[in-house]
Amino acid sequence: MAENHAATPYGLAHHFDSLDQQREAGTLGMWVFLITEIMFFGGLFLTYILYRSKFPHEFVAGSHALDIRLGAFNTAVLIGSSLTMALAVYYSQVGSRRLLVTYLTLTMLLGLVFLGVKGIEYTEKFEHHHFPGADFQWEDPAQAPALEGNPGAGKVDGRHVEMFYWIYFAMTGLHALHMIIGAGLIAVLIVLAVRGRFTAEYHMPVEITGLYWHFVDIVWIFLFPLLYLIGRHE
Amino acid sequence: MTEHFVQPAQMPEHIVPPEHIVPKKVYFAIFFALIALTAVTVTISFFDLGRLNAVVALTIAVFKATLVILYFMHLRYSSRLTQVVVAAGVGWLFIMIALTLSDYLTRSWL
Repeated sequence: MAENHAATPYGLAHHFDSLDQQREAGTLGMWVFLITEIMFFGGLFLTYILYRSKFPHEFVAGSHALDIRLGAFNTAVLIGSSLTMALAVYYSQVGSRRLLVTYLTLTMLLGLVFLGVKGIEYTEKFEHHHFPGADFQWEDPAQAPALEGNPGAGKVDGRHVEMFYWIYFAMTGLHALHMIIGAGLIAVLIVLAVRGRFTAEYHMPVEITGLYWHFVDIVWIFLFPLLYLIGRHE
Repeated sequence: MTEHFVQPAQMPEHIVPPEHIVPKKVYFAIFFALIALTAVTVTISFFDLGRLNAVVALTIAVFKATLVILYFMHLRYSSRLTQVVVAAGVGWLFIMIALTLSDYLTRSWL
């Protein structure tokens, strides 16, 4: 028995034949989970499409109240975090513990920067009573003095703008929740990596967490143009 | 000892491909492409192209997502099974959107 145990590669669970097979099963399992996530976010994207076609002016008006600079900055931050995550996977594959920890930490920090900027945006929305609910207020754009840059003026129903903000908060909120979970997962990975649990042969947790992180990036790649960009004009 | 009685067969490579290490320079190239595409889509959003604004923005978003999936998420180097599963997932998303819109967008025709 002792020889058998010695022959088992580090990190290999007993129900797999090889580390390659185990990695393949783990990757496929993660993708199946991500597809449930695609369908889950897909339902929200569908909601967005339907209400946008129903209330086009209100969606433009609501979109104009979002800060495109903060949105673009956050997009760049997330793409940067995807790069550092991909590099973390690379350094786990070549077995460099120090650089693995470095890039995991960078990824987590960039994720926290994203959440911080999102927090600034949310705070601004709460202050302007743009959070949907009893407190929601939409100043009538027909009475607003400067109408340029506000093509929806005069034909906007505040209750329908509230619908835009329902969708905005539901989608960005769920996305932010995924970011928080992702940052937590990376924190666990950092602890495990510091303790030397990953080797050049066994690092599947880093890889499948990377898949999750990139998926969350993809969701934002779609949210950014839909919420911030395509409502610039009618 | 009994569990090692049968020697596990070696999986053929197309079923369980060996781990592919993507070179760092590929990751950096994809990163710069994604940043450039973000700059392009933001710039275009300031021009009024009518309905084309949405088309251009979504085309760029789909292109960016494809780059992330193929290279950052290694789908290009994954097994056929994983590729088919991902394609099926995306396919079903389009079925959901297409069938729902074929209902909602044609209601006014009646």
